[in-house]
Amino acid sequence: MEQPEQNPVATTSLPKPAALQESKPVSDTPGVAVFDTKNLSIYYGAFRAVTDVSLTVHENEITAFIGPSGCGKTTVLRTLNRMNDLIPTARVDGDVHYRGASLYAKDVSPIAVRRRIGMVFQKPNPFPKSIYDNVAYGPRINGERNKGRLNEIVERSLRQAALWDEVKDRLKHSGLGLSGGQAQRLCIARTLAVEPDVVLMDEPASALDPIATGRIEDLMHEIKSRYTIVIVTHNMQQATRVSDRTAFFSVLVDSKSDTRTGTLVEYGRTEQIFQDPHDSRTQAYVTGRVG
Amino acid sequence: MSTVVKADPVGPAGSARLLSERRPLGDRGFQVLTLACGLLVLVILVLIAVSTTQQSTSWFSAEGLKIFTNNWNPAANQFGALAFIYGTIITAIIALVIAVPVSLGVALLLTEVVPYRWARPIVTVIDLLAVVPSVVWGLWGILVFAPWIQHIYASIGSGVNGIPVLGSLFGPPTSGASFFTAGIILAFMITPIVTSLSREVIATVPAIDKEGAYALGATRLEMIRGAVWPHSQGGVVGAVLLGLGRAMGETIAVALVIGSSPVITSHLFAPGYNMPAVIANQFGEASGEFRAALMGIGVLLFVFTIIINVIARWIVERSARRKRGA
Amino acid sequence: MAIVAEPQQPDLREPAGWRRTSNRIATWLMVLAFVLVIIPLGFVLFTVIAKGVSIISWSFLTSGPIPPIVLPASVGGLGPAVLGTIEITALATVLAVPLGILGAVYLNEYGGKGPLARLIGFMADVMTGVPSIIMGLFIFAIWVLHFGYSGLAGALALGCLMLPVVIRSTDEMLKLVPDPLREASYALGATKARVTVTVVLPAAIGGIVSGALLAVARAAGETAPLIFTILGGTSVANTNVFKGANTALPLQIFSNATQPYTGAQARAWGAALALIAIAFILMIAARLVTARFTRYSR
Repeated sequence: MEQPEQNPVATTSLPKPAALQESKPVSDTPGVAVFDTKNLSIYYGAFRAVTDVSLTVHENEITAFIGPSGCGKTTVLRTLNRMNDLIPTARVDGDVHYRGASLYAKDVSPIAVRRRIGMVFQKPNPFPKSIYDNVAYGPRINGERNKGRLNEIVERSLRQAALWDEVKDRLKHSGLGLSGGQAQRLCIARTLAVEPDVVLMDEPASALDPIATGRIEDLMHEIKSRYTIVIVTHNMQQATRVSDRTAFFSVLVDSKSDTRTGTLVEYGRTEQIFQDPHDSRTQAYVTGRVG
Repeated sequence: MSTVVKADPVGPAGSARLLSERRPLGDRGFQVLTLACGLLVLVILVLIAVSTTQQSTSWFSAEGLKIFTNNWNPAANQFGALAFIYGTIITAIIALVIAVPVSLGVALLLTEVVPYRWARPIVTVIDLLAVVPSVVWGLWGILVFAPWIQHIYASIGSGVNGIPVLGSLFGPPTSGASFFTAGIILAFMITPIVTSLSREVIATVPAIDKEGAYALGATRLEMIRGAVWPHSQGGVVGAVLLGLGRAMGETIAVALVIGSSPVITSHLFAPGYNMPAVIANQFGEASGEFRAALMGIGVLLFVFTIIINVIARWIVERSARRKRGA
Repeated sequence: MAIVAEPQQPDLREPAGWRRTSNRIATWLMVLAFVLVIIPLGFVLFTVIAKGVSIISWSFLTSGPIPPIVLPASVGGLGPAVLGTIEITALATVLAVPLGILGAVYLNEYGGKGPLARLIGFMADVMTGVPSIIMGLFIFAIWVLHFGYSGLAGALALGCLMLPVVIRSTDEMLKLVPDPLREASYALGATKARVTVTVVLPAAIGGIVSGALLAVARAAGETAPLIFTILGGTSVANTNVFKGANTALPLQIFSNATQPYTGAQARAWGAALALIAIAFILMIAARLVTARFTRYSR
């Protein structure tokens, strides 16, 4: 694996969240716990969509959520940055801690949460603005007005997203005019521009062709040293390619009420999950017999 | 359920006839009937233009371009209609200035702020506002609202009397029945349509764009400015233009509260007149060229509102089309 | 070995300052906008009900003739106007609704994306914005001048108002009927006309009726088209809607609103209350129909 490219533009003016530190390659002793969930259940109204998820996401690692459709992996992901708040009937039960602080405590502001925990969506969603304004949107709403610093931030973010060389001459063009892969990298750049602590990715490459997918995966490796990444993917090969740890979710079917509830089946180092799964359901899924 | 359908007359067994080859007379007749009903729309519009113009030619030929002068004196056979055009424009502008922010506010309230359960009652209130007939607005306007607001006008008027710009806008003469009162009542009347159209436009903003903004840590206001507004500005402009068209054409409420005074003045609290109001108020007693003049004013009104509506609908359709394409 | 910094809990409280303030101000402004809408509505309804309820009675609504404006409200009634409103609006509905439905059928089932259908659809939308007074002038020019004032002329004018509204709302409802329904009928060998009449229209009937009711509510309250078509000066009921001048509730309100006599004004408030009641009843009926009978709306 090649050395991550040194970013030429390193200065930034956004306040960095506390407790970020230089990282080392993942060893068997896990680093700082970034997310810690205990018996997390998620309800939509009375319907329990996800039940009893307990896992720990570690700093500067790429953690993958895999599992068949409907198993709640995206629901759990969205819980990590309070995006489920946008659904009126959604409710969370159990503990979700981010670096020791409870994410769902009374005085926690979702805005502050999302400033630190960014998200890239399945379908690229650039704003109907110029490429520059797309990337600058986050810093601007956080108060950055200085033209020079904004330019630096935009360039740095686009470089991190491996998009700078392709768009540096047309920053004023609309973000809607990019190809799928470019648009997704623009969305990643936009997310990185606010220098979050964590980047959540919800099937970021599922709408892209294989070459664009490869680019995104390379990108993830390159930025791993500065961010913690959690990625939901339905592509097992992708999970093996990029992730350090993998969480396998599956569906519990309640035959009486005919409801399907997602749950965490197994969580561990990626090699272990795929080569030596402890749970039979995990084994069935990763060997392709089901799902 | 079995439907016994009379099959197309067929030839010898085995020869298949495509249904399109020979359609039963009833089917063709039905199609022609529906086409005729559809064409009725175009026919009526053309007939409106032709018949009303025909009835007003004596005015157009007698006055020529003088119809655009402020010289309305039926007794002396003078029919310059500029005062009414002015009044129409002024009252419409007042109505828009009041109604557009309010309508946008309610539309955004409905789409972004209010939880689903509360949306229904709010929409009901808007629908109730829409169903109040124009004449009831006028009745309430002239018998209740105008006498009440007259005092407010008078105080403002005496307060700003003499001040350069404010004085000529809001200074005396003031009257309960005035341009401004008509504008306010018009604002009440056009709010429902601007609100519901804006709401439709804003609702087409893809949720994923809004989520993108929220995911960056935006507040609701920041999300609206970043994700909602760029998508919906075109459609909102169309909605506003439709409100303008409504404001220009509303007749009875305006006829009752505008003051029936054909003058061109900058004083918004003074009595005035506008195109539909003068037609409604004076048509009964008019004859000859007077009547032709009122008809002609109707023609002008028709042309104005058609143009505005065509532009508005075109804008709304284009922004909807762009969204579908994107 | 990694150097582990002392884990400090991140500060997740709301960012203070202008961002929070501007967001709060914006939210309150939106609420204020709604309040600004409720206030005049409440005022009008309150006034009409307060002033009209003392006048409204069965005899007020049914007895005639309409007395001279100087007489108090206890004399006579507005029966002729109520009758006029009912018969003229009913006639307008009978004219406009079937034609409107058929027009929408053309747009949705036959015309499709063709240029003529697009033009008709576009102009129908434009036509909904034509001021009602223009319809009155139109029918005056084309009918009244030849055949005189009559309830029929009024119905024609109101019908012209209702036609594009019915076309548009019916078109929306027809669009909602899923294609598989039509295809199933075609597959059984039905002609297009039969498919439309026996399958599509019944499927959409709830929405169509609801849209028609709202169009009727609007037409019942219109005044301007009637000024030029039914003349309105009559004081006795005219049961022949096809001949002779007539009167209607909105016209009564209009002519009484500018009178200084309390009797006249009281009659105006009574008529206003009756008119609003009619409009509300139709609106509620439309909602009930939508709730009960639409099967395919999403």
